[in-house]
Amino acid sequence: MTTKYIGKPASRVDGLEKVTGKARYSADFKVEGLTYGFIVSSSIAKGKITSIDSSRALALEGVLQVFTHENVRNLPWFKLRYTDMDAPSGTPFRPFYDNTIRFSMQPVALVIAETFELARYASSLIKVEYDKETYTTSLYKNLSKSFKAPKGKIGYVPPKSRGNADAAYQDAAFKIQAEYKHSAEHHNPMELFSTTAIWDNEKLTVYDKTQGVSNCQFYIGNIFGLAYKDVRIISPYVGGAFGSGLRPQHQLFMAVLAALELKRPVKVGLTRQQMFSFGHRPATLQKLALSASPEGTLESVRHEAYSETSQFENYTEVIVNWSATMYACENVELKYELVKLDTFTPLDMRAPGAVTGVHAMESAMDELAFELKMDPLIFRLKNYTDEDQVNEKPFSSKELVACYREGAEKFGWAARNVEPRSMRDGKNLVGWGVATAAWDANQMPSRAKALLSIDGKLVVSSGTSDIGTGTYTIMTQIAAEILGIAIENVTFKLGDTNLPLAPLEGGSWTAASVGSAVKTVCEDVRKILLKHAVKTKASPFYQYDSTKLQIDSGEIFDPNDSSKGVSVTEIMRLAGVNSIEETSTSGPNPLVGRKYTMNSHAAVFAEVKVDEDLGTVDVTRVVCAVAAGKILNPKTARSQILGGVVWGISKALEEESKLDHQYGRFMNHNLSEYHVPVNKDINDIEVIFVEEKDDVVNPLGVKGVGEIGIIGVAGAIANAVFHATGVRVRNLPITMDKVLQIAEDDRNQVAV
Amino acid sequence: MNNFSYNKVTEVAEAVADLTGHTNARFIAGGTNLLDLMKENVAKPDHLTDINKLALAGIEATEDGGLSLGALATNADTAWNELVEQKYPLLSQAILAGASPQLRNMATNGGNLFQRTRCYYFYDTATACNKREPGSGCSAINGINRIHAILGTSEHCIATHPSDMCVALAALNAKVNVTGPYGDRVIEFRDFHRLPGDTPHLDNNVQDGELVTSIDLPPSNFTQHFHYLKVRERQSYAFALVSVAAALELDGNVIKDIRLALGGVAHKPWRDRSCEEAFIGQEATEANFRALAEKILADAKGYGSNTFKIDLAKRAIVRAFSEALKNN
Repeated sequence: MTTKYIGKPASRVDGLEKVTGKARYSADFKVEGLTYGFIVSSSIAKGKITSIDSSRALALEGVLQVFTHENVRNLPWFKLRYTDMDAPSGTPFRPFYDNTIRFSMQPVALVIAETFELARYASSLIKVEYDKETYTTSLYKNLSKSFKAPKGKIGYVPPKSRGNADAAYQDAAFKIQAEYKHSAEHHNPMELFSTTAIWDNEKLTVYDKTQGVSNCQFYIGNIFGLAYKDVRIISPYVGGAFGSGLRPQHQLFMAVLAALELKRPVKVGLTRQQMFSFGHRPATLQKLALSASPEGTLESVRHEAYSETSQFENYTEVIVNWSATMYACENVELKYELVKLDTFTPLDMRAPGAVTGVHAMESAMDELAFELKMDPLIFRLKNYTDEDQVNEKPFSSKELVACYREGAEKFGWAARNVEPRSMRDGKNLVGWGVATAAWDANQMPSRAKALLSIDGKLVVSSGTSDIGTGTYTIMTQIAAEILGIAIENVTFKLGDTNLPLAPLEGGSWTAASVGSAVKTVCEDVRKILLKHAVKTKASPFYQYDSTKLQIDSGEIFDPNDSSKGVSVTEIMRLAGVNSIEETSTSGPNPLVGRKYTMNSHAAVFAEVKVDEDLGTVDVTRVVCAVAAGKILNPKTARSQILGGVVWGISKALEEESKLDHQYGRFMNHNLSEYHVPVNKDINDIEVIFVEEKDDVVNPLGVKGVGEIGIIGVAGAIANAVFHATGVRVRNLPITMDKVLQIAEDDRNQVAV
Repeated sequence: MNNFSYNKVTEVAEAVADLTGHTNARFIAGGTNLLDLMKENVAKPDHLTDINKLALAGIEATEDGGLSLGALATNADTAWNELVEQKYPLLSQAILAGASPQLRNMATNGGNLFQRTRCYYFYDTATACNKREPGSGCSAINGINRIHAILGTSEHCIATHPSDMCVALAALNAKVNVTGPYGDRVIEFRDFHRLPGDTPHLDNNVQDGELVTSIDLPPSNFTQHFHYLKVRERQSYAFALVSVAAALELDGNVIKDIRLALGGVAHKPWRDRSCEEAFIGQEATEANFRALAEKILADAKGYGSNTFKIDLAKRAIVRAFSEALKNN
């Protein structure tokens, strides 16, 4: 099918607003009489607040109030009131609920003042006394207390084993086992969380940074006893979130609390340091054991993961399940357990679970291929599967072989020598690694509204979010394409609870979910237009068969008869309608879900150069070949994959939240010491979208590209580092000391 | 951040006088470090004297054939200055290895000397830190100390000095000119910064009320064989795990003079003239560079997560001198 907009590399429709500074983010909204909040964070990880002295802060002229657990009394105690759409099972954190400290940097007081500077200064005058209790924040020291992860969180599917992995492993000719360690990571989007809340005695208007306005509406309505219709959440632009906006963050509660109490508009933001006071990607320990026949048939997979959670909620994510579906194998044993620590609850972070589990599995696959003296790509192809063996279903589509082929060709993989340390460039050892990636292609029920006006302008809207991914742009493209009008005449609106309900913006499902709703609603408008065209007497197509008509560039025409035509606006005028407004719902087809497993896939090839003397690693080339169904916009989709690859490089080599167990506190809480790549760290990244036709996954045939770009990268890099050096670093990030194998000095147990 | 008063001065004498009458006044120039410290409630000055208008931004040749770097010349202007590039290319290299272009455009030479450590604990008032709060203890010794010192540490502090520029200045025998309520004086670079000892809250030997006006570089023959190597965890905007300022003056392949200063390993740029002197008259070979590396790190001590730095520093020294040899 030839298309005019779908599948074309349209530039971002919001690009001009963003680069000219007109795009307003949550902290940019100014209202008259605005007051400012500053949060005081706990200095301890666990214990009781014995006293809070706010007198010096309150004595300052312009300080309006200091909220603490001592004076916030009217809120519900019932824990379910604090839940949200992305909450795991357990008891959500309730700010100012009592004097108990449950994690380091817990908000203990909120200062409200006439200016931000005053609020910040006043916060430094508040004296909090604690009664400290012993706490534990080390995953490794608490492994003996691990327990089976419970169900309950959106997106979490308990793992299912098959066959007898232990027996197969015992008997196998080739086998490996290894442990992989990941530290916690924090999302650290550029934009800090900020909320402005305005209460007019009847209705509450809230500007918030979020990946789900409805989630915030639900959360605030429940806690503060407001009807949902009286709570409006607005979030037109989000400066990166990566999952951190899936749950309401501290500042939302704080700003609303103060606005309702003080009857003044209130803005509260988190500092960069406080961006380490909420969810994070959990620290994990993974144990893998793989075995194969001498011919390279994968005979057993055993994958265990131990992941941290808080004392109050059981955060779960899909870490090990991928190891049961990525390759053909008869014997798979999976285990996923949680360990409770005195930290905040972990939170979904780009490709939650997969980025952790697939790194370990893909490293283990490389280790086994090396044992077999097999090319790791051939080993993967040898164990390829077209069936999801867990659910005994075929994939709706899976062009992974094309990813391997096209990626390998672009990369030049065929020239690879299987021996480590076989390539050199001056002082650098050169290595090539490969890894596979998979992610879910989900669709969630969504609603969208379309309003076509007599001037030919179409406004389509849905309460979704654009966290920089390109939602505004692709929805505009879909609407223009389906209705058949020029893209310049289409505006897409999002990020407002006054708009039709959309799911949380996560899981790579927005293109499929909201896109399908936009498609449906525009089809509905199109039908109405064509109905007018054939039912309006003055129309040139009066009494025509409407199925023979098409709309393109705002013109209704019959492709088989070029003598007649009428514009969309003219038909509306002739029919006497000023506007056409429709709202439609679109959701997944449960029958399809029962018959197929729907996944996106990717193959990642990486080249590293490792300084032999200094152990520093440079990722000189990455090729990421992706099969994700229909690509709605190759430009924004490519950017998504580029961002994923950059983050994968970050995960492999740089990123780590350093938790000090003396304090139970993340210590590198700033962008100077929490390392993510700088421009100089990033070299050539090539993105390939292989052709993948999928008629069943959803009406648009799209699978989403938010997550798939990051998943395989750390594995490919770790494998390339091994190929370069012969050293297997299983503990991310791969830093020079680990590459050089400088004897680890673990006398200091604090950092373990 | 606390409340403070602020005054912009135009004369050096006015700057020095402006500090009097305040309990904790500070000069501010580029502010690239001080403002961060104030926002985190680590520095709480009651008064800021803005010295940006002082006429101290020049870079000029001195009569003895050296160079004088104004305290208010920015790091960027210094690194790209023609005289600096010609006469002290090691210094240019070191400055450009530091921070980011944006920071180098703001940061001044004087300010660079007064940068404070990037120890995590120093920046977090929830933790103990003898440098921030004398007597409260050192959290880094038993904490996360990957970025901490291996030389010249004390039981009270294992912080490092974060500057790249100062490592080159140490290697080049710079002198710091200061003025103050009691007149002018010159501080040899080796005496400028301090080791922590039992007074880790003191980073340097500048007295209260004193202002750095310029940095003098003596004539140098290290324009051919020099290298500044910075080993860090990403390729820009990261402090050195280990950095090496290496410079050689050769007669054939014989070492006529040699300089070695290390960054990221101590509370001050680390130099040991006796180590250098032991290799004067010797051949410039990898084996000798390795021996030099062993010698300068002989007393190094690790604290757990930074122990790898001892080995890494040796590797970096050998690499830096090998690179220096290549230059011509």
